[in-house]
This record gives sequence, C-alpha cells and structure tokens, in this order.
Amino acid sequence: MARTNFKFTFWKLVFLFLMAAGLYATFVRFTQGLGASTHLSDQFPWGIWISFDVLCGVMLAAGGFTLTAAVHILNIKRLHSIIRPTILTAFLGYILVCAALMYDLGKPYNIWHPLIMRNPHSVMFEVAYCVMLYTTVLALEFSPIVLERFNLQKPLKVVRAILIPLVICGVILSTLHQSSLGTLYLIVPEKLYPLWYTPLLPVFFFLSAIAVGLAMTIFESSMSSKHFGLQLELPVLQELGRVLVVVLGVYAILRFEDLANRGVLGLALRPGYEMYLFWLEISLAVILPLALLVQRKVRSSANGLYLAAVLVVLGFITNRMNVSITGFEGSTGIRYFPKWTELAVTGMIIAAGFALFGMAVKYLPIFPKEEPTHEPVTMDVSPVKVSPAQVPAVMEHAGD
Amino acid sequence: MSKALLYDSTVCIGCKQCEQACASQNKLPYDDTIAAEEKQSAHKMTVVLTRGEKFMRRLCMNCTDPSCASVCPVGAIQKTALGPVTYDASKCMGCRYCMVACPFSVPKYEWGKLVPKVQKCTMCPDRVAAGKQTACAEICPTGATKFGERDALIAEAEKRIRENPGKYVEHIYGLEEVGGTSVLLLSSVPFETFGYQTGLSKDPMPMLTYRVLSHIPDFIPLGGMVLGGVWWITHRREEVALAEGRVAPGKSTDSKTANKNGRKP
Repeated sequence: MARTNFKFTFWKLVFLFLMAAGLYATFVRFTQGLGASTHLSDQFPWGIWISFDVLCGVMLAAGGFTLTAAVHILNIKRLHSIIRPTILTAFLGYILVCAALMYDLGKPYNIWHPLIMRNPHSVMFEVAYCVMLYTTVLALEFSPIVLERFNLQKPLKVVRAILIPLVICGVILSTLHQSSLGTLYLIVPEKLYPLWYTPLLPVFFFLSAIAVGLAMTIFESSMSSKHFGLQLELPVLQELGRVLVVVLGVYAILRFEDLANRGVLGLALRPGYEMYLFWLEISLAVILPLALLVQRKVRSSANGLYLAAVLVVLGFITNRMNVSITGFEGSTGIRYFPKWTELAVTGMIIAAGFALFGMAVKYLPIFPKEEPTHEPVTMDVSPVKVSPAQVPAVMEHAGD
Repeated sequence: MSKALLYDSTVCIGCKQCEQACASQNKLPYDDTIAAEEKQSAHKMTVVLTRGEKFMRRLCMNCTDPSCASVCPVGAIQKTALGPVTYDASKCMGCRYCMVACPFSVPKYEWGKLVPKVQKCTMCPDRVAAGKQTACAEICPTGATKFGERDALIAEAEKRIRENPGKYVEHIYGLEEVGGTSVLLLSSVPFETFGYQTGLSKDPMPMLTYRVLSHIPDFIPLGGMVLGGVWWITHRREEVALAEGRVAPGKSTDSKTANKNGRKP
C-alpha cells in the first residue's frame, strides 16, 4: 500500500468500491434481516457466509499453526524468517471469520452463549470454543510484534516465556477445529452427496488445511515480495513446496482410496453437475499442483511455486464450497446462488483482510528489514533478510 | 414413560383441524391462505398433505435421540423424558445447525424477522407435562392422530397392520428410523409419496459426530505430550551438539535440514 503508482490507485479504487458495497450490504443485513439480505431458505440454511467466510476463512488461516509447529516444535530454523507474516495472516483470518459470523448468526448478540450454555455433544460447540481460544492464542503469538514496535520489554518477556506452551496449545486447538469443520457434516449422511460425504471428512479437512497453510505461506510471501518490494525468500519457499508435494500426495491417495472403498468411484465418472465440480476441485487442488511441483524446475522457480500455491488455494476453496453447497443441492433440490448482498459482505471482508495486512506490514516489524538486524532481543521471530547466501546467518540468528 | 403420537393416514379425512389447533396453540396466524400452503414453514408447524384421495401429516418427528438437540451448541433444543423435543428461543444464537442436521429437514427459520427464531412442532410440551394430549390429537375428529404411551401406540399400530392385511404399507414409520421417533406413521401408500425418506439409518444420527467428538478428551493430553516431547528432542539435540562442540555456538544443528540443504544445488 506504500507505492503511489497507477497500480496502487487501481487497487485503491477496487478497495473503496468493495468497502462501499459491503457497508451498504451490512446496512441491509442489520436493518432488514437475513431474508432480505441473503438467498438462504429453509431448504438451504447455510450459504456463502458459512461456506466461504467461515470454512474457507479458517482453512486459509491454517498457515499459522503449520508454520509455528514447524519452527518452534520441529525446530526448523530456516522457516523463521516467514513466520511473522504467516502469524499475521492467521490472526487476521480468524478476526475476519468472527466478523463474518456476526453477519451469519441470526442473533449475533448471543454469540457469547456457548461460554455459559454448554453442549459438549455438539460439534459446533467444540468449534466455537476452539476458534475462541485459538484466536486468543494467535493474539498472544502476534503480540510480540506489537510489543516490539513500542519497545515494551516487560510484557514481551512474559509472552516469550510462555511461547512454547502457547504454540503447543495453538497446534492442538487448530488440529481439533480444522478437522471439526469436517465433522460438522458427518451428521448428514442422507443429505450430502456421496462424492463428499465420508466418515473421513475430519481427516480430509485437517490434511487439506495443512496443504493450504503451506500454499498460503508461499502465496503471501510471493505477493509481499511483489507489492512491498521485499526480497523473495526463495529457498524457504522451495522447502515448503517440497513438503506440499508430500501432503498433496497423501491427500490424493487417501481421497481416491476412500471413494473406492465406499464404492462411489463411479459417481466421479457419471456426467452431471456434481461430477464437473468434483473434477474442478480435484484438478485445481491436487492434479495440476502435483503435476507442476513434481518437476524440480518448477519447484525451484518463484513463479512455478506461486502458480502451484494459487492452484492449491483455489482448489481447496472449491472443495469447501462443494462440501457445503454443491453437495447439498441434489438432496434439497435447490440451486443456491448467493445474493449480491452476500457477495458484497464477503468482498468487503476479503478487502479488509488485504488492507489490514498492508497496514500491518507498513507500521509493524512484520517482514525482514533490508539490512540484517542483530539486536539480541527478538527471540522467536526476528526479522532477518534471507537469501540463499545468507541461510547460515539466519540460522545463527534464530538460535537465540 | 415416553409419550408419542400415532398418525394413521387411512383414517384421516384431511379436515386440517390439526393445523388450525396447532396454530392457535403456538399463537401463529391461520387463515384460508395458510391452510392452502402445502409445506411446513416458520408459521406452519404441521401440514396435512393431499395427494388425490390420500392424506399425510408432516410435523416434527420428535426423535428419541434427536440430531437437532445434539448439534445445538447452546443446548437450546432439548429432548424431554416425556417425549417432546423443546426449543428455547432465548438461548438460541441462530447458527441454524439444527436445520442443516435434521434428517427430516423439520426446523424452519423466521427469515423475515430481525430477531428470528427457529420454529418447529415441539409436541405441546406444556400440555404433555400437564397430562393432556397434544392440541392436534385432541382436536382430531376421526382419531387419525392419537396420543399415548409410545409402547402402547406401537402395539396398536402393529395390531392394525396385522388385522388389516393389504390395507397398510407394512411399515411403521418412526419405529426404527434414526433410532426411533415419538411420532409414528401408518400409510396405505409408500411413504416416499409424501416426501418421507425411507432407508434412513436405524442408528441415531448423533452417534456419527459423537464417535469423533468423544476422542477429544484423549487427544488433548496426548497431543500435548507428543508435541512437547518432539520439542524437547529437537532442542535437546541442539544443546548436545553445542556442548560437544560439533557446531559453533548459535549455528543450526538441525542435521536433517542441514543435510538436505547441503544436497541442494
């Protein structure tokens, strides 16, 4: 957001348009209710605000737990330099998911009810608790960046002291609710199309969250290097690309094995609405990225990695939409397409995400500075520039 | 003991008095226009469907182990020991998971309202608790809708099927569907004619999610221990390497990544 060239002006206009449309849609939603502002109905009670804003939102924020686990638990220090933008993305993601929930809930002012009205048999209850707790964890994981900016040493020391337990909590909570978003749909075997209903839904949601977490990290590092003029941390991204191949491979094998085991592989070849969207999902999420990433040439080029990451993200967005919308259209006999107000709110939330990311990058020490800093402080996520030649330097620093 | 409703569609004359009684019991509007509506909605908790000469009621099945109650994060929906599945609007936050989860797609939403509620037949819990029949059973002029003990009604339904060969589809809908329901249906035409799904699981649906959820209490300490253990190992390895002087202080000792890195061009 710092450049004042034509590109910046164009995106600023887009941003203003999305915000204006979103605010008007917000007005409609909260003055006239869900009926007037959505295409939801008794047959189709969950729409794009759940499918995209919540399911995809949580999935897109999965880089947070994937990367913190890799860096702090597995002690892979070469990933250190990209952990801050990843935590920022995750934190913003969860804030925006909570914001979107306020639109979707019929009575948003009751959102705190699960705190005191507990039903441990409800997957939704578990998701509510995990999201609430994990947002808190993310706020704490994010806090050193802000505390550092204002040089508040005392609280900084406290956060650092509890960092490892915090990371462990974050990984557990994420594992639970990323998979639970799939568990949500286990209770509707008679409604969800068999290409998507499987007892393994929680496993698939979790595995794909890891894949998307890695892909999002590659995506945002690439975007940031383009738009903020930062140096691309290519060796780190290559490392992520290699792990991504493994995760996607495991996912693909399990997915097709599951279809075969349940004897519904035939449905994947029966021409129809569901078949097309199934193959769109599988091509974008698995086939194309794998075809790209198994080639060493692609895997080691910045553009190749970027393309593969975008495909994975789009593919699993399609997957979440398929599970929550496409898969229900057959049994309900309804074709759901979001109303403009639903799209406007979603557009505003995405725009807000990009804008907040840009602002955070501008005002907070998110990305490595151009000069490697060697202040002894910043334990976990010290901003250091990384280039192939400097990898040892990063390791050295990360050892603090 | 658990109460239930037995609806015998062969006795029903389609007078729709149950619809009207239900509306007044739940303080909902009812007129000719609403009477003509052939679907359940936020203002019509029960409906008498007409297919030629045949009639069939639709209403909340008040399942023995209801999906809606199991999925409600705030416990706004409850299964009572007497049978009714009740709803407390003051607890509800409007997530509508009950609507998604219900195998019969019964719960409806007040989409037009700013403070919307879920609406569904709750089997007149106040009347049942007071020892009375449901409003629909009480008004029914032909006895097509009958209120009573669930066990007694099942015996009655079995008897009717047995004593009238060929009259009924040999199936008591609600006896075993999704683990049993507090509404039992008899019909002379296939239940699918009126949109009732046959072939539903005989197991209660909540088991599908609970089987997964019940692992969480084990998963949390286990996950914590594994992650903590891995953390300890990876960092201990580094300390040892440092102490043995295998690497200069501060250098990475992650041998795996270091090797990988070395292999790379």
